[in-house]
Amino acid sequence: MSSQPALLVLEDGRSFAGTSYGATGETFGEAVFTTGMTGYQETLTDPSYHRQIVTQTAPHIGNTGVNDEDDESNKIWVAGYVVRDPARVPSNWRATRSLDDQLKSQGIVGISGIDTRALTRHLRERGAMRAGISTSVLDPAELLTKVLEQPAMAGSDLASQVTTADAYVVPAEGEKRFTVVALDLGIKAMTPKRMAERGIEVHVLPATATLEEVLAVNPDGIFMSNGPGDPETTEHPTTLLKELLQRGKPYFGICFGNQVFGRALGLGTFKLKYGHRGINQPVLDRATGKVEITAQNHGFAVDAPLEGTIETPYGLAEVSHVSLNDNVVEGLKLTGHDGRVLAFSVQYHPEAAAGPHDSAYLFDRFIELMEGRA
Amino acid sequence: MPRRTDIESVLVIGSGPIVIGQACEFDYSGTQACRVLREEGFRVILVNSNPATIMTDPEFADATYIEPITPEYVEKVIEKERPNALLATLGGQTALNAAIALHDSGVLEKYGVELIGASVDAIQRGENRESFKQIVEKLGAETARSVICHTLDDVMGAADELGYPLVVRPSFTMGGVGSGMAYDETDLRRIAGAGLHASPTTEVLIEESILGWKEYELEVMRDKADNVVIICSIENVDPMGIHTGDSVTVAPAMTLTDREYQVMRDLSIGIIREVGVDTGGCNIQFAVNPVDGRLIVIEMNPRVSRSSALASKATGFPIAKIAAKVAIGYTLDEIPNDITQQTPASFEPVLDYVVVKVPRFAFEKFPAADATLTTHMKSVGEAMAIGRNYTEALQKALRSLEKPEARFSWAGDPSTDLESLLEAIKTPQDGRLRIIMDAIRAGATPEQIFENTRIDPWFVDQMYLIHETALQVAAAPRLTPEILRLAKRHGFSDLQLAEIRSLTEDVVRGVRQALGIRPVYKTVDTCAAEFAATTPYHYSSYDEESEVAPRETPAVLILGSGPNRIGQGIEFDYSCVHASMALRDAGYCTIMVNCNPETVSTDYDTSDRLYFEPLTCEDVLEIVYAEMQAGPVAGVIVQLGGQTPLGLAQRLADAGVPIVGTSPAAIHLAEERGAFGKVLADAGLPAPKHGTALSPAEAHGVAEEIGFPVLVRPSYVLGGRGMEIVYSADELSAALERLGGGDAFEHPVLIDRFLDDAVEIDVDGLFDGNELFLGGVMEHIEEAGVHSGDSSCALPPITLGNADIEKIRQSTEAIARGVGVQGLLNVQYALAGDVLYVLEANPRASRTVPFVSKATATPLAKAAARVMLGATIAELRAEGMLPAKGDGGTLPPNAPIAVKEAVMPFNRFRTIDGRSVDTVLGPEMRSTGEVMGFDDTFGIAFAKSQAGASQPLPGSGKVFVSVANRDKRHMIFPVKRLADLGFQIYATEGTADVLRRNGVEAVTVRKSSQGPGPNGEPTIVQMVQDGELNLIVNTPIGITQGGSPRLDGYEIRSAAVARNIPCITTVQGLAAAVQGIEAQQSGGIGVRSLQDWVPRILGV
Repeated sequence: MSSQPALLVLEDGRSFAGTSYGATGETFGEAVFTTGMTGYQETLTDPSYHRQIVTQTAPHIGNTGVNDEDDESNKIWVAGYVVRDPARVPSNWRATRSLDDQLKSQGIVGISGIDTRALTRHLRERGAMRAGISTSVLDPAELLTKVLEQPAMAGSDLASQVTTADAYVVPAEGEKRFTVVALDLGIKAMTPKRMAERGIEVHVLPATATLEEVLAVNPDGIFMSNGPGDPETTEHPTTLLKELLQRGKPYFGICFGNQVFGRALGLGTFKLKYGHRGINQPVLDRATGKVEITAQNHGFAVDAPLEGTIETPYGLAEVSHVSLNDNVVEGLKLTGHDGRVLAFSVQYHPEAAAGPHDSAYLFDRFIELMEGRA
Repeated sequence: MPRRTDIESVLVIGSGPIVIGQACEFDYSGTQACRVLREEGFRVILVNSNPATIMTDPEFADATYIEPITPEYVEKVIEKERPNALLATLGGQTALNAAIALHDSGVLEKYGVELIGASVDAIQRGENRESFKQIVEKLGAETARSVICHTLDDVMGAADELGYPLVVRPSFTMGGVGSGMAYDETDLRRIAGAGLHASPTTEVLIEESILGWKEYELEVMRDKADNVVIICSIENVDPMGIHTGDSVTVAPAMTLTDREYQVMRDLSIGIIREVGVDTGGCNIQFAVNPVDGRLIVIEMNPRVSRSSALASKATGFPIAKIAAKVAIGYTLDEIPNDITQQTPASFEPVLDYVVVKVPRFAFEKFPAADATLTTHMKSVGEAMAIGRNYTEALQKALRSLEKPEARFSWAGDPSTDLESLLEAIKTPQDGRLRIIMDAIRAGATPEQIFENTRIDPWFVDQMYLIHETALQVAAAPRLTPEILRLAKRHGFSDLQLAEIRSLTEDVVRGVRQALGIRPVYKTVDTCAAEFAATTPYHYSSYDEESEVAPRETPAVLILGSGPNRIGQGIEFDYSCVHASMALRDAGYCTIMVNCNPETVSTDYDTSDRLYFEPLTCEDVLEIVYAEMQAGPVAGVIVQLGGQTPLGLAQRLADAGVPIVGTSPAAIHLAEERGAFGKVLADAGLPAPKHGTALSPAEAHGVAEEIGFPVLVRPSYVLGGRGMEIVYSADELSAALERLGGGDAFEHPVLIDRFLDDAVEIDVDGLFDGNELFLGGVMEHIEEAGVHSGDSSCALPPITLGNADIEKIRQSTEAIARGVGVQGLLNVQYALAGDVLYVLEANPRASRTVPFVSKATATPLAKAAARVMLGATIAELRAEGMLPAKGDGGTLPPNAPIAVKEAVMPFNRFRTIDGRSVDTVLGPEMRSTGEVMGFDDTFGIAFAKSQAGASQPLPGSGKVFVSVANRDKRHMIFPVKRLADLGFQIYATEGTADVLRRNGVEAVTVRKSSQGPGPNGEPTIVQMVQDGELNLIVNTPIGITQGGSPRLDGYEIRSAAVARNIPCITTVQGLAAAVQGIEAQQSGGIGVRSLQDWVPRILGV
């Protein structure tokens, strides 16, 4: 393991001295924490973490190494990585290399050995904020100057930076039953897989796909994925979704796709103080009264009244799911005046990876929606 | 969904005495349940035979029955109280088995009692191997290949099919009783034979071996709306093959990817649904093949378990409390998370720290027992530690065990050569991690360690990390802040560093503190700091930021008793918890320090602050320092947690820590022979003739002078470790050899005249410096010589007159004054002839404090805590905490009799060759727990105590009698009485002759050494094995160290243990049993709640 010193500095001046982990160099991003105790490989490769310096509250990271199966995209997206006790040897029958090597080979700058709990408490009290990690600048004041030069997360349009360059198709497993266009705002590999398992042929299109390109696929349903950045900046997907809702296309959105849906319905979005990032988040399905333990990774949320319905040009919208921890909107539902569900979305991650599978039923609900049974 | 309104009263069944596999974790869970149910307005009825529990304190239930947990007695309680519902999932296997028996016999239906928590069907689906297997297969998962067997023939057939080695698992037993690993047919016949017997359904599972696989456990919680959450994952560092109770375990799981973890999570949820545990907690165990990840579901417990207690302490999520709430109708999202207050219980705790649990064994008490660890649990206690990483948590856990040989050491060379060490670590055994570290020191490679232990390479690497850190400490030119910080981050104690650097611990501490390197205190908050925590549940770590809040209220620190061990268990935790309650009420901020996850004291609800920390001098000093920075500290209590805190008292005082109550100097005075002798002499109190010796020659001289028999023991012991009674010079030589030490002893050996035929008396008293409150006077049923912890006793004393009690009062007061007690003291006396000898005095809470408190309806430990902080007995009487007048020595003549009976763990151990260990009682304590029988007369109370201790006295049948010559006279009358009561008497030749000459018909039985008779007449051992006898009376010839097979009756007694036939080994015990049998035969034994007894006890 490295014994090279590294420094983490937050924009409010708090700094933590530790040891270099992964690549050496310098990196900047929004400091956030995630509380998942498993699934660091999925977390690192989740495009929603683009431009973020991710702190793992679980102290031991890297124990199971890195394998060839659990990546959620083709690269590590986090801007920087903060852990307390990195593993020296990986141990798992699927592991093909160590996490340290993986971080190095992808040039991900990290820091280890710091009081991650103190950092987490700080972010909880002061909110997510800009930060920098460096192995070359070890003077906190100097690094702070650089941190303050970085753009803030609010107002950042990042989907365009993570989306696929070219459209591709994930074929249905078994008999093909439906065709769905999935707009890639930072999609995770498990999402099309969960659809494909259910007989859906998924056409993954770039975030910039036009209405014509979408309609050219002749989809049974539309899907918009998770992704990084401030939903207020994403004009195109919102406009596109409005057009599609106008045409009565069944819609399912996850995370960023929930925020886009909210904006398309005329609702606002706002930045949470420190977000929801973890795989233990309780969400109440208000229709059934049941609790789902969900995987979450979001810094922004939809601003909607928890009670009652909202008249929209496409039908009646309502909040379908709420966070039991802090009452943040975790799901939206659009119903026609005949009571039929037309579109829905959730702020959390039913595809899990990492995380529990409690919400996998939502993919079935998408099928029902496309069948007109929802 | 709000709480149910269709039920008004709930019966809660506890788990009875502490035994291996079922310890105070069920007091913790039961106490939580009772508290919840009362808060919710239910009438709570409780049955538990264990008086040392917090749950049996009268304020935790509306009606508390300290009665045996047998279907007969519980039915009596049901008949009397008519509860609407029965909650049996929080009292371990004991409660569950009682509930199932009451269901099967139709009692629950007859009285309309609804089983809440888990239904009988669910319990049976979960515990019945075959139905469980089907459920797992239905969910698309695998169980180990196995065959259910009901006979030995079935078992042999299964072995042919599956091949060796095989695992034997009996159905419906707790703590893995009767289970084991069979490598060949001989093993299999022995283990499966015992297993078939141990199972109440005569059912064992014969299973393919998954030895060496990784082992995991998930704790699951479900509510009636079908919300299911996983509370905690636990990974065993020791792979499959060792009972999880005997394994080193870690939470959360360290070596799972998310995909593997989610498979386990999905299966756990599927299983709890399919089994149909409607509400409450359960745990599910898994094995994973490290080579290919093949996953096997091992088993589930459809109830709160030992692991649930561990998981609760590890996460801050109170499983039993929530289980009780969901059992009465709440859903998880309606229940707030205590720790954050703002978030609900319907979530999954996340940890930003690592928890390690290590078992504590007591093989030194059973030298003949096979110490190899198997699937049959043998540990008597455990310690848990929390650290910010594994190395820190592991090293803290090992030092929490309070066994110097448990922690890693780099002093001197490794104990032996690499080859022997590598061979040794193949055998799972107590202290294996230490041997592994020695092997690493001797040059073992990680591959060698893995090959020989199958411990996951990640855990093995952590051992190397610790070792490499030690080498860095050794190689450093001096102790720099960097090197100290590094070592501390990996859990090294000052003592370990001192060893490595050849310094003293005090010097290392001095350097460290001078450099400002001190631990910070983090908080267990269930959510990895995502939300603010309101509950100060702390652990130390050498990290950056401390979370100890400042305070203005003066604090009292209470040092707990550490891991359970024989001689120091739940009784001491009881006193600590009571002190906390009393001092909280008196306006102090109470701060508990302890490392035992099973206890009520380590519930974050018990005290104002909880430090889950090792009880070593270093760890306690740092907590005291941190709390002194936080606010005023009124004092530290060391008197209630047994020997553990007492052993720290002097060093803490030397470091300036304000110890309240009896001073360390006074504690020393009572333990130091010469000084204490002077106290007695000054007060004119006689003690048996005694002397001390520093060599065998001296010992013989002393013994010669005071005359045999003598009691021989090392100084400074708890639980009579190494104590023996010897009747001759030869026996003395042998005893000294067993104590070790060669020609010159390191510590003095104490030699006392042993008073044959004396009545032993135990006294608990409270002294405020001026006035004595005589808490209780207990008369031992067995004669002096049996350790007081193993002896049964009666309170009030059954044969002592008022004059005797007055003498005891005066003597106790003189000792308290002479020693300088402020708080509790326990004195042991022997009454021989008319002389009251003082055997020993301990200026601390004793094991009997809870028993005395229950029997006299007086909260002795609470009063003691107040006295330690300056209250007088007069003030406490005025306040109403103590009775206005009188005390435990002046109970009214019609006060009920309380009988305490010890519970022995003999059935848990086998010798290397597979036989039971000997059951003879002696001066070394070996019991794990106790029960109380409570009733109007001694006979009934004794009968209840035996039933509670799972040794119910028979109502009729065959009694076998064989006694030592010196006991023959005393045996005649009680045996005659048994014959009159309709028992058939069997005896070996000598005893039978004596009986016949005294007019008692006795059938002569062949001794084992005589072999079967010419016409196939069985020997006594065969008769016992065949289950033909109902009661065995066998007193040994002489009393020697347990386990020595040369004793004549050993085979009889061990066969009795194997068949669970009551076996009495003293004539006094026989006399008591006869009274109990008479009482039973006369019928009409009733049950009565503590609350009902209180007016009679207090005479109001």
